[in-house]
Amino acid sequence: MSDFTFTIDGVEVPANKGQTILEAADAAGIYIPRLCWARDLAPGGHCRVCTVLVNGRPQSACTHPAGPKMVVEHDTPEIRAWRKNVVEMLFVEGNHYCMFCEKSGNCELQAMGYRLGITTPKYPYMFPQRAVDATHPDVMVDHNRCIACGRCVRASRDLDGKNVFQFVQRGHHVRVAVNAEGGLGRTNLSAADKAAQLCPVGAILVKRVGYAVPVGRRLYDVKPIGSDIEAKRAATPSGK
Amino acid sequence: MAENLEKVIQEVTARYGKDRTRMMDIVREVQARLGHVSGAAMDLIAREVKSHRVEVEGVVTFYAFYTDRPKGRHVIRVTDCVTARMRHVDEVVAAFEKELGIRVGETTPDGQITLERTSCIGLCDQGPAALIDDVPVTYISSDKVKSLVRVLRETGDAKKLVKTLGEGNNALDLVHSMVINNIRKRGDVIFAPFESGSAIRNAAAVSPAEVIRSVKTARLRGRGGAGFPAGMKGEFARNAAGDRKFLLCNADEGEPGTFKDRVILTEAPDLLFEGMAVAGYAIGATEGILYLRGEYAYLRPYLEHVLEQRRAKKLLGKGIAGKAGFDFDVRIQLGAGAYICGEESGLIRSCEGLRGSPRDRPPFPVERGYLDLPTVVNNVETLCCAARVLEKGAAWFAQIGSEQSSGTKLFSVSGDCRRPGVYELPFGLTVAEFLKEVGGDDAQAVQVGGPSGTCIDRGQFGRKLGFEDLPTGGSMIVIGPQRDILDVAAAFMEFFVEESCGWCAPCRIGNVLIRERLERIRAGKGLPEDLTYLEELCTTVKKTSRCGLGQTSPNPVATTLQNFRKAYEAKLLPARQDGRQPTFDLRAALSEAVRVQGREPVAH
Repeated sequence: MSDFTFTIDGVEVPANKGQTILEAADAAGIYIPRLCWARDLAPGGHCRVCTVLVNGRPQSACTHPAGPKMVVEHDTPEIRAWRKNVVEMLFVEGNHYCMFCEKSGNCELQAMGYRLGITTPKYPYMFPQRAVDATHPDVMVDHNRCIACGRCVRASRDLDGKNVFQFVQRGHHVRVAVNAEGGLGRTNLSAADKAAQLCPVGAILVKRVGYAVPVGRRLYDVKPIGSDIEAKRAATPSGK
Repeated sequence: MAENLEKVIQEVTARYGKDRTRMMDIVREVQARLGHVSGAAMDLIAREVKSHRVEVEGVVTFYAFYTDRPKGRHVIRVTDCVTARMRHVDEVVAAFEKELGIRVGETTPDGQITLERTSCIGLCDQGPAALIDDVPVTYISSDKVKSLVRVLRETGDAKKLVKTLGEGNNALDLVHSMVINNIRKRGDVIFAPFESGSAIRNAAAVSPAEVIRSVKTARLRGRGGAGFPAGMKGEFARNAAGDRKFLLCNADEGEPGTFKDRVILTEAPDLLFEGMAVAGYAIGATEGILYLRGEYAYLRPYLEHVLEQRRAKKLLGKGIAGKAGFDFDVRIQLGAGAYICGEESGLIRSCEGLRGSPRDRPPFPVERGYLDLPTVVNNVETLCCAARVLEKGAAWFAQIGSEQSSGTKLFSVSGDCRRPGVYELPFGLTVAEFLKEVGGDDAQAVQVGGPSGTCIDRGQFGRKLGFEDLPTGGSMIVIGPQRDILDVAAAFMEFFVEESCGWCAPCRIGNVLIRERLERIRAGKGLPEDLTYLEELCTTVKKTSRCGLGQTSPNPVATTLQNFRKAYEAKLLPARQDGRQPTFDLRAALSEAVRVQGREPVAH
């Protein structure tokens, strides 16, 4: 039984006290796009792709608690445009070479681009000079592909208890740094750590497994991102 | 050297109880003693306070005044504020570069002096100004640069640069500053004489709930710009669960064009601390923090002295005003050059020794703030108003100003006017009346509330300053008829790009994109469609950003696009008739190939 209900685009959604809008939407089979959010991690509120209007005010669905009788707008032309713009920003901020990235097909940024209908970004590419850290025997970090979503920061701190990653610098100079002067190889990260597994893009990659599944048969090659959540709604009798 | 490093870090961390929430103080002091916070120092700090090296690195690299690389013994930080640009600060910077033989960002080969630019330092009415080490140096002209550098080199002491002392408390030994107050108009709330203890006695005579009721009856609203009802905020915190609560004072005014709190801190600190004690009593907090922006570090010894005096007079400490249970004390937390820490949740994080990135709300600080405990963050001026409400009564306060904006407001006035400085005026006056007062009648525009506020044109000078129409945290930049409005907007965008914390994507990236397109237009290469492009970009950043910074950072462009569209249109390229993109320069695009191949293309 749910504690209360609220609406998303007019659809009544049950929710429990303490649930975020995004969690309640997921349970109801409504997919709100998101990039920095990951199950088991505290929400970060970094990417803002999950922005919705709560009683007319923009909020990130991943951080905002659901409340009784709340009116949430989610899939409107206006909000779709904001989300698309933010995802385009992420594409131009880094160097995302999808055509030869081993994450291609499993990449959430790429999948989000397809889902939101981005063919080519309208913003100019920034072509930043960024480094690759290959000092670790089993894991590499390619900062070119990083979208500063902070999943690795939260996973390493909260799930692995290691604090291997943290943001350094400020503003558009922000980047993820590691907890050692000499690079990732000097940290106690292991390839089995959640922090090494949860990167949504090809920035943190476990070595020597990149092409185990051929392109064309990867996760989002088959179905668009969010399909698993939307499938829940199709399966319930009340779903439209 | 290695041993010395270890000794310094042990001493410094021990002084702060090896408490990682005091990271701001630890880093500041380590840097003061060693010149910079090296990787080795980060490792040691992390070890001593049981943190992680990368956490320390995150803090050191977040704040503009901290550095992980060696700098000169002295650092000259010249303000990059738009008001300084209006006064040819670029010539001053060029003079420093020439005199020192280095460029901005570099250090002299002898390791003595580093030259940097910095955001607004709160001296817009006496600029161009610079911070040389912690010492504010005002009214710098290019011909003074030579002697400044000479004195600095000869004495090795930035304090020796102070030749003429400012008026009022600026001349006290503990302040010893050339800064002037420039109080042009005194009102009844902030700059009227105040007898220490008068508000505390009245508060102590009634219950905390009645103190909150008074503040509500006075209709006091936050002076930082957002205007949240102060009584309501206090009540939320009072009603929040938990015994340990905090009262934080936001003295991190960083909005370009704002310097009113500097004058309060200099001339009316007793009124402020009285307000903090009263507010602490009202919400049930016994601990207060004054978050003082790093740019105002020169005021710290004096403020510490005032706190000491108040402790001696039983106006701080245990049993204030002889009332058992009325306990309250204040510590000063210095910031380190990050505008974002003026955002209340960023300020809280900074007080906790973290990067100053704001939090998502809810939960609000009144429920979970400093150390995850109920916290009220109030502006300096708001707390002063609260003290005055308790001293003179809610009815007295409420009759000043207008219906929705009671009391007076401090305005920090700079830019193209004859009488820049600080004005205490009742809310509700029109912009035209205001301009008459400050001697800026011929303005083409006024930037109300700083860059995050709004840029209005002459057609709107009839509007009223107050929460009901034109709210402002106090920054008022007068823009004269000779200015190019796009130059002003560009300077402001530069500021936001620099000061974004980088936590969320739209603010981190979007502001850079806005600046890029604005620069393209300023360079005469903009297209008509760039204006709609900018409008959509501004909307996206405003609607999707996480905190008040990103939600207002496009305003310099968004509000000028609305109010000064002709200034943009005048710079655009006409659309080409042949369908080609007018911005595409074939020759420039091919230039590298031409150079490599050593020949011109056959046809182009």
